[in-house]
Amino acid sequence: MNDKNKVIAGIVIFFVLLTSPFWYNLLAAKTPAPEVVLTAKAKAAKVCVRDTAWMKANHMQLLDEWRDAVVLKSERIYVSPDGKEYNMSLSNTCLDCHSNYTEFCQRCHEYASIEPYCWECHINNPKETE
Amino acid sequence: MLEYAIKGDKRYYAWITFLLALIGIGFGVYLWQLRFGLGITGLSRDVSWGFYIAQLTYMVGVAAGGVMVVLPYYLHDYKAFGRITVLGEFLAIAALVVCLLSVIVDLGQPGRILNVWIHLSPHSVLFWDTVVLNGYLFLNLVVGWNVLQAERNGTHYPQWVKPFIYLSIPWAISIHTVTAFLYCGLPGRHFWLTAILAPRFLASAFAAGPALLVLLCLLIRRVTNFDPGREQIQTLAKIITYALIANLFFFGCELFVAFYSNIPGHMDHITYLFAGLHGHGVLVPWMWASMGLMVLALLLLIPPITRRNEGVLAVACAMLFIGAWIDKGLGLISAGFVPNPLHEVNEYMPTLPEVVITIGVYAIAALVLTVLYKMAVGVKEEVAA
Amino acid sequence: MEDSRRQFLKITGIAALGLSTASTAGVLAADQGPQPYTRKGDEALTAKQWGLVIDTTKIDHELAEKITEACHTTHNVPFFDPEIVGPEVAKRHEIKWIWETHYHNAFVDSGSNNYMSEEVEHRPFLVLCNHCEAPPCCRACPTEATYKRDDGIVIMNFHRCIGCRFCMAACPYGSRSFNFRDPRPFIKETNLKWPTRSKGVVEKCNFCVERLAVGKAPACVEASDGAIVFGDLEDPDSHIREVLREHYTTRRRVSLGTGPAVYYII
Repeated sequence: MNDKNKVIAGIVIFFVLLTSPFWYNLLAAKTPAPEVVLTAKAKAAKVCVRDTAWMKANHMQLLDEWRDAVVLKSERIYVSPDGKEYNMSLSNTCLDCHSNYTEFCQRCHEYASIEPYCWECHINNPKETE
Repeated sequence: MLEYAIKGDKRYYAWITFLLALIGIGFGVYLWQLRFGLGITGLSRDVSWGFYIAQLTYMVGVAAGGVMVVLPYYLHDYKAFGRITVLGEFLAIAALVVCLLSVIVDLGQPGRILNVWIHLSPHSVLFWDTVVLNGYLFLNLVVGWNVLQAERNGTHYPQWVKPFIYLSIPWAISIHTVTAFLYCGLPGRHFWLTAILAPRFLASAFAAGPALLVLLCLLIRRVTNFDPGREQIQTLAKIITYALIANLFFFGCELFVAFYSNIPGHMDHITYLFAGLHGHGVLVPWMWASMGLMVLALLLLIPPITRRNEGVLAVACAMLFIGAWIDKGLGLISAGFVPNPLHEVNEYMPTLPEVVITIGVYAIAALVLTVLYKMAVGVKEEVAA
Repeated sequence: MEDSRRQFLKITGIAALGLSTASTAGVLAADQGPQPYTRKGDEALTAKQWGLVIDTTKIDHELAEKITEACHTTHNVPFFDPEIVGPEVAKRHEIKWIWETHYHNAFVDSGSNNYMSEEVEHRPFLVLCNHCEAPPCCRACPTEATYKRDDGIVIMNFHRCIGCRFCMAACPYGSRSFNFRDPRPFIKETNLKWPTRSKGVVEKCNFCVERLAVGKAPACVEASDGAIVFGDLEDPDSHIREVLREHYTTRRRVSLGTGPAVYYII
């Protein structure tokens, strides 16, 4: 076995390729975070189920908990920390206010490069006519 | 040892290229299935399992059949099989590749497959099937690899391998038993609801698995410098003969119970297979061909004069392998669903895309088998030289 | 199990954060104050074992169609038009939660009576999921995607289904359908209040849990003009038990030991 150098070079190249997304992100210019648009209804409500910062960071966990509560425990009412009650329904509660999928949900998801498949089943948007 | 797999002549590389081409085509069609859904298959609301699951069932048998060389060698110290145990173990690995991939291509939401382990459900036989299949794959990889490596180094395999070898013997029985339990524990599917299903599966497995091994041994003798041995092949032939007799006997038991009891629920499925029901009978010619092939194979296997002729033996093994494949691969799954629980007849036949995906799955297994056998034969040739 | 898993993740998460004291303080601060919680709605209907009694003497073909339609539009069940997809594909990919069949199909074990009442032989029989006491489908499911709720309803968690179709093989009533393709293009009028399904999952009758949760009767019961009664089979004072006391009823394939919760007046 006299290919020691070749093997090491190969490992190094593999490692660099493997970590290339990190290098790319470090070197490339930052893409600004997208601005989401609130519908008139969402603006009028002023506050979501939880405060905006919390929702930005945790809405997926919230939806996961809602899903389990409704499907597994047949509990459908969510009582928020400030005592307000909500029907735990993606289609009928969340998307009732946030009825602008392309300007709200999609914008951030695209920026974060994720493709949640919620909308394969949950009706995209009752009001938006596309 | 893997280096043996990348050193080959032109024929070897042509074969690998051919397999890769089949895999590519199969994978392409699978991508289509992923996009469209399982609607591109012939499956239906009534016959909800078909060709894919049938391959799982059949190849689990071939995998379990590997134990027919492991058991005589390790438990009965039948030395002659020492030459070919590794071939049996590697065949089991390739067969398990078909099984596991067939389950995956059969799933409607393959991306969620880890749910089986995230939400462990010990009440589901399918969960246990994943346990026994993956366990058997692991056992054969560990045992086969270590024993072969020891042979290459001219040493005895390490002591810690021994428990795995012993464990692999009952484990082989378990994989086919659990696979039978997928079917025979379901209320209202009378064709499968029979305590003899697991024994029947094992009998056909111990015939079909070794039959394929005989064919592979004959092929290896022809294309390499390693001879698996005449005695080995003849002993396998006797095992195959006994197993095939048991398989046909068990089937006879099924026929007796169904038709002597005269219970419609039990007779209908068998009638559908061999005579058609309410004017539907796409499988009738297939089933008679299957029975014909198996009986004919048995007639060639029983007389020593024909069994000892390796040419005839090869023909008998091929007939038996195909006959058992039709029986278990086409008939057994379909007939369980026809007639349906409301006694309606909706038939099933696989579609072309379904068959092409299955060929792709088999090509992957053939590639795995080729690489493993190339290694095994390489070691055997090196030791002999 | 779900809860303990989440608890476990939470604890390990906190433990990981605990490596830095500053963030531990942050977590503790966030845990103070009123916590959100979930509960059942006040008007939700509850039972120990929901069940149905179908009075087949009151259901003709028109009513059976109306009931089926009510169920299927409520739950966005697709219809594969044979004229569009071809008769063979329409049959193979068919999805149905409740449908009309003959006596001899619904009651296969006793269906081969040679000399039957002609009227019964031609009467429509509605069949659907039986929400069995001992459901074989739940036993078969390798992911708990289908399970029996505390109120006896056998339900699908579509999020979790891997589409192995073991439950379809296990169901002795043929009550389950599989999404062989994306159903959306084939839904005639979409009920925006309820989701559709994605391709690759199994579906079936859910006893209208979403309606029970807001105090409404199942859609089939509502559309049946009194021909279908629903109620708690384990409550001796319930209306359904009164109906069962007063009428001779039968169930489908009782000999299999599944304990169907759908009764038929014949």
